[in-house]
Amino acid sequence: MRDVSIIGIGQTPVREHWEKDLRQLATAAVLAALQDAHVDQVDAIYVGNMLSGELTRQEHLGALIADQLGLSGVAAMKVEAACGAGGSAVHAGYLAIASGQYRRVAVVGVEKMTDLWNGSVTAGLAMAADGEYEAANGISFVGLNALMMRRYMYEYDLVEEDFAPFALNAHKNAVHNPNAMFRKSVTLEQFTKAKKVADPISLFDASPVCDGAAALILSRSENLNGNAARAVAIQASALATDTLALHDRQDPLWLRAVELSSIKAYAQAGVTPQDINLFELHDAFSIVAPMSLEAAGFAPRGAGTYLARDGGISLYGKLPISTMGGLKARGHPIGASGVYQVVEATQQLRGEAGKNQVPNARIAMTQSLGGVAATAATHILKGKN
Amino acid sequence: MADNLAPHWRLRAQRYQLVGNVCLKCDAKFFPPRQVCAKCRGTEFELFQFSGRGELYSFTTLRSAPAGFEQYAPYSVGMIKLDEGPMVEAMLTDVNEDKLTIGMRVEMVTRKIREEDGERGLLVYGYKFRPSDA
Repeated sequence: MRDVSIIGIGQTPVREHWEKDLRQLATAAVLAALQDAHVDQVDAIYVGNMLSGELTRQEHLGALIADQLGLSGVAAMKVEAACGAGGSAVHAGYLAIASGQYRRVAVVGVEKMTDLWNGSVTAGLAMAADGEYEAANGISFVGLNALMMRRYMYEYDLVEEDFAPFALNAHKNAVHNPNAMFRKSVTLEQFTKAKKVADPISLFDASPVCDGAAALILSRSENLNGNAARAVAIQASALATDTLALHDRQDPLWLRAVELSSIKAYAQAGVTPQDINLFELHDAFSIVAPMSLEAAGFAPRGAGTYLARDGGISLYGKLPISTMGGLKARGHPIGASGVYQVVEATQQLRGEAGKNQVPNARIAMTQSLGGVAATAATHILKGKN
Repeated sequence: MADNLAPHWRLRAQRYQLVGNVCLKCDAKFFPPRQVCAKCRGTEFELFQFSGRGELYSFTTLRSAPAGFEQYAPYSVGMIKLDEGPMVEAMLTDVNEDKLTIGMRVEMVTRKIREEDGERGLLVYGYKFRPSDA
């Protein structure tokens, strides 16, 4: 296996991009990443996306994006794993270089969600779970997360406010990220008064419907094309799965795919959770944050919310999470989010995170989840510092 | 959300009678039925009809609904732990949301899940669960 490094990053702001379509967003992100890496060619392109067919009547994104970039002829394909499509595309790009097949590839995550009204988007997102036994019974994706959160609160004797620090932290960090969707702080009072979407989940527990694209240029570490000073090494790329349906799990309160992919990633990178300086986790809903922290080995079972107390997850805390706003406040353009996470972790490891810079960031972990964590893609990155 | 009849017809034994299956090798019971046993990876099964009785493992009330279900919002859904073991997710019926509690006894009933617009629109029937004394 060859060592793999990130030599370029690019992203569009996460917004409701009424004036831009999917191809424009994806192309802009890749162009920015190519420019950042000072290169203009790649051997292959991996496009992370979940719902382009359903929401924009466009599939075959590999050929489309290669064409739009003036790179027709290169290998290109779409990678789909629901909300974990972005992290899965990074995994595909990593494998392509690690295997020795390609020297340099582009990975782009993109989702265009705002062309349809909310009911259709909600129905589309429900396809991340079991279509015949969950979606067919009217159970939306937020509904599944609400079912988990209610039981989690019951088992561990928690109230809604115990989850507030995750939303407050994400919003606080988004203030200084120009690419974030919600650049404003949220108070505890606003959190507790927020309208319920699917109780106990409120508006401030849920990530928004939005558009965006983020891109990476990956390269063999042995030839970084003059990017050695800013290159970030991918020390681990690990994918794992769990049952698609929440009801098929022996233990619905344990994210087994998160556990499996984290264990694989720690082993590949030769690190332990204690070595991780920041963690971009999949906070699509507040409940996913503590459950991820537990299954990834950062907190004992049922104690994930305790980590968030007293600033433990802030930029200067024991384990900074969602350092640029996370899915909650940077926004969650579904298939793009997993790539945004790696872009942001790269900013942190290069020391280019501005006011959101985590001090002495050396090793970062990102985790992109599909469905109710039926897919988990974990990456461990290491900077030069 | 336009729908086709065929998938609902194929699943009629599941939707109307809660028919799952039981692994002949390790006796694990499944709903929905599986082709490969999730416990022992055995591939020989017999059909098994669940009693439709169980207890509420978790629940929520959806304030905004996916396409095809908008006219029913808000509506409550739950995870039900069947007495024979497996978990089912379904809409909850015949109960006010503030009466729902984790652990309450529930039973399956056959109800209309949703109705499509127009005279050629499908009427989709299936299982829901309601509170029960048993």
